[in-house]
Amino acid sequence: MTANRGRWAAWAFLAPVTGYLLAFYAWPLYRNLDLSLREYTVRSFVQGDAPFAGLGNYTKIFGDPTFGPALLHTVVFTGASLLCQFAIGMALAVFFAQHFRLSATLRGLFLVPWLLPLIVSASTWSWMLNSDSGIVNAALGAVGVDPVNWLTSPQWSLTSVIIANVWIGIPFNLVVLYSGLQAIPPEINEAAALDGAGGWQRFWRVTFPLLRPVSAITLLLGLVYTLKVFDIIWIMTRGGPTDASTTFATWSYRLSFGNLLPAFGPGAAVGNLLIVMAFVSGLIYIRIQRRQAA
Amino acid sequence: MHTSGKRWRTAGAVLLTVALTGGTGACSSSDDAPSAEAGGAYTIWDPYPQFDGTSAWATLLAKCGTDSGVTVERTGYDTSDLTNKALLAAQQGNSPDVLIVDNPVISTLAEAGVLTTTEENKLDTSAMAANLLGAGQSGGKTYGVPIGANTLALYYNKKVLADAGVDIASVKDWPSLTAALAKVKAAGKKGITFSAIGTEEGSFQFLPWYWGSGAQLTALDSPQAVSALTLWTDWLKRGYAPNSVINNTQTTSWQEFATGDYAFAENGTWQLGNAAKAGFDYGIIAVPGSSGGTAPAPTGGEFVSIPVQKSTARYATSAKLVSCLTSTDNLLATDTTLSYIAPTADVQAKQVAENAALKVWVDAVNAAKGRTGDNLGTKYPKISEPLWTAVQAALSGSKSPQEALTAAQTTAAAATK
Repeated sequence: MTANRGRWAAWAFLAPVTGYLLAFYAWPLYRNLDLSLREYTVRSFVQGDAPFAGLGNYTKIFGDPTFGPALLHTVVFTGASLLCQFAIGMALAVFFAQHFRLSATLRGLFLVPWLLPLIVSASTWSWMLNSDSGIVNAALGAVGVDPVNWLTSPQWSLTSVIIANVWIGIPFNLVVLYSGLQAIPPEINEAAALDGAGGWQRFWRVTFPLLRPVSAITLLLGLVYTLKVFDIIWIMTRGGPTDASTTFATWSYRLSFGNLLPAFGPGAAVGNLLIVMAFVSGLIYIRIQRRQAA
Repeated sequence: MHTSGKRWRTAGAVLLTVALTGGTGACSSSDDAPSAEAGGAYTIWDPYPQFDGTSAWATLLAKCGTDSGVTVERTGYDTSDLTNKALLAAQQGNSPDVLIVDNPVISTLAEAGVLTTTEENKLDTSAMAANLLGAGQSGGKTYGVPIGANTLALYYNKKVLADAGVDIASVKDWPSLTAALAKVKAAGKKGITFSAIGTEEGSFQFLPWYWGSGAQLTALDSPQAVSALTLWTDWLKRGYAPNSVINNTQTTSWQEFATGDYAFAENGTWQLGNAAKAGFDYGIIAVPGSSGGTAPAPTGGEFVSIPVQKSTARYATSAKLVSCLTSTDNLLATDTTLSYIAPTADVQAKQVAENAALKVWVDAVNAAKGRTGDNLGTKYPKISEPLWTAVQAALSGSKSPQEALTAAQTTAAAATK
């Protein structure tokens, strides 16, 4: 009797969080999957009678000429952003760990990109990189370098959005890695120094290995954030010119909402590919974590 | 305990990963649209969020409601949101009673079965100009009434042209326009700015040149089409137009013109208010055709439509509301507020009588064409996307105009098959 009541109470306590998870996570994911497996036209979207299309939308996007470039750009954008954000964030974290005067103030300044709304930072970058009236080309001109069409040439547009994204991502890496550094007992470094290890050696042999768990979670979270970056690219280049800076995130948006005639099915299919990519990276992370723990 | 704790963390990390990326493309199925059953209250959605409850527009809506014996509940949405909002509302069965949307959206909503035809709702469209009404017609049926129209023309800076020794009367066709741009560049000023961004806005701006060459949307790779794209590409190559046009929206393009350095800008009726504030003398000419005359520009502006309701008895009152909004007196007031050209000849004449400067716009609107007209309907979006992609490819130098348009025609033909 009491055991039974206890079980009911347990379910009652679980109900709100389960309901929340179902309503806000499971249901949208299911809807997105359902959307990607049906042949939607505007008419069937409204009537709700879209025929089941199996993997039709997926074969359509795999065969689309945009697929190859979008995949490549997604990988390059994510890889280059992560690498640069992490490397610069780590360098700054080690730098600020020295506790010199003004270090707290300077560290605070580095958080600014994080605090600005994305539309503000993206519009500002877009203005600075403008071919004709941008400050970057004006600066290049002052030192005698020919102007670069940052946002409007197929060779440069992906690089430009990566630069902006790295700038926005540095604070996150800095903050997490800095707090990771604080957790390393200073005695270990002192001991290594007494044993004759130089600064470079101490970083690679002591600090870096001890930071590995923090680095792994920073990279995983960074990966998830970067895979789905949409606003910066959309505001700066609309994924263009042609498809030169299109990633899966902007392509998915363009299919679903960027045209007078929305293509919800293929749009949802591209979105699901992103989810799968993030999911796979999550599994790899867990695998690495297990191996470290073992 | 240790192992189970780790397992939970593992599961948590995976869930987090999924949840964080989950948002893309997911479609919310809830909407807070007011129910159509509300007694005596009629809902109106419009794309004019810039007008608040005290504006002349809101007052007019309320007055039309009172005249028809009902109260009006009005919501203004951002124009880019309105299509999806209207589709979702129709899916949920709570469409507004009256919906005012951008004209090329009408064919999409009609295709979705969201809108009633004039046969069902008994609206009178006889006074409306045929070229404007075209955007709201498909398969011989009419799905709404234009409330006002705008279109594109060329603004010019009088001082820049005078300094370069260009007489605006000499600009009659493409060669004379290009010659004028060359003179302006030689005088150290900038030629022309427009918007060639990779969205519908880019196609909208390219169409006057496209149609002005004699090209048809059904053959994107015709020699005329190639000549239009070559015109733009050559302007960029020779520095008559800035490279930034590839990323310009119509607003950023206008900002370039407003610096006072540019001789010409392709922009719309809606910039008239800003032009007066620009601080320099400006004039307006219609976009010239390749060998003279006025090129047909695409029509912009909204349609008033009556979405399908469960209770068809509501249509009679909705039709009264629409007739009130599009009556001659109210059109004049509304189109003046919106900086639009009226869709009827009567009201156009009154507008020109009030402000003679509108004459060039009235002529441009009368020469204009609906994008979804020519019975293209919902094929238009599938043609427009390859078209703006081709414009971007040619202007950015990744393809020649011929290659870009051949590729566009292949894509469009496959999509509209």
